[in-house]
Amino acid sequence: MISVSINGEVRQFDNPISVATLLEQMQLTGKRIALERNGEILPRGQFNQQLLADGDRLEIVVAVGGG
Amino acid sequence: MNKDTLLIAGKSYNSRLLIGTGKYKDFTETQAAVEASGAEIITIAIRRSNIGQNPNEPNLLDVLPPSKYTLLPNTAGCYSADDAVRTLRLARELLNGHSLVKLEVLGDPQSLYPNVVETLAAAKTLVADGFQVMVYTSDDPIIAKQLEDIGCVAIMPLASLIGSGMGILNPWNLQLIMDRVQVPVIVDAGVGTASDAAIAMELGCHGVLMNTAIAAAQEPVLMASAMKQAVEAGRMAFLAGRMPKKLYSASPSSPTSGLIN
Repeated sequence: MISVSINGEVRQFDNPISVATLLEQMQLTGKRIALERNGEILPRGQFNQQLLADGDRLEIVVAVGGG
Repeated sequence: MNKDTLLIAGKSYNSRLLIGTGKYKDFTETQAAVEASGAEIITIAIRRSNIGQNPNEPNLLDVLPPSKYTLLPNTAGCYSADDAVRTLRLARELLNGHSLVKLEVLGDPQSLYPNVVETLAAAKTLVADGFQVMVYTSDDPIIAKQLEDIGCVAIMPLASLIGSGMGILNPWNLQLIMDRVQVPVIVDAGVGTASDAAIAMELGCHGVLMNTAIAAAQEPVLMASAMKQAVEAGRMAFLAGRMPKKLYSASPSSPTSGLIN
């Protein structure tokens, strides 16, 4: 069991799934998002091979209206 | 005469009005206001995505495609240089390597006044990291010059506080900034109505960035159109060169001869 913080919300997983699988579960596959893992940008091209690890902190962002 | 365009980081823009996309009723209104304003540079904010709770959430980038507009991601809500830099690195990843950004580091949540110490620090990091930084700042001419020296591509002083609609409170400081920096000076924040935008342009500012003045108008799309015309009129008046002010005119507009007796 691993525990990962996603946008400040802690979620637990039985196995260390890939970032791509996580995005699929959250229905974010193919959406216009950017992702930061433990303070570093995780490029889109690495979503498939990167596995989540216990204690990871993810930030997933989108563009919204703003001045 | 060459076409009068706004040149930022080597790219020419026909419109000198830059607008924000916050505070609109919905994306339809946002899109209509952007269209009516004629703006080519549009600011956006970066925020946490839903994580599965709202899979059909509409996406701003579908309404304002980066192929049609120059999107300018901002760092609104950031109170430290580190948070601003992180936000813009995420924005660059989100927009496929797009490097033109709006930096703003705020000082306190009541006034939203810029923290220039953190702004200077963030600007240094971002420029070194290859960003083209348009920077929101106070109307302090010394800080403005320092931001230019760091390598910022546009200096964007406030006219009055963000969202206040108080207009241009210190035209003299804007003039001091324009006298000192070579890069475009764009008034950002404080415009309340069309005349404020025209005054900024008549002073010689290279552009105006606004959000609330349009979004919080009773009729945002109509105000967007008014702002477009105000910025154009103010720019033309600046280029035309206004007549000197004088208390009395010894020079009537009509001929002094040929009067009937």
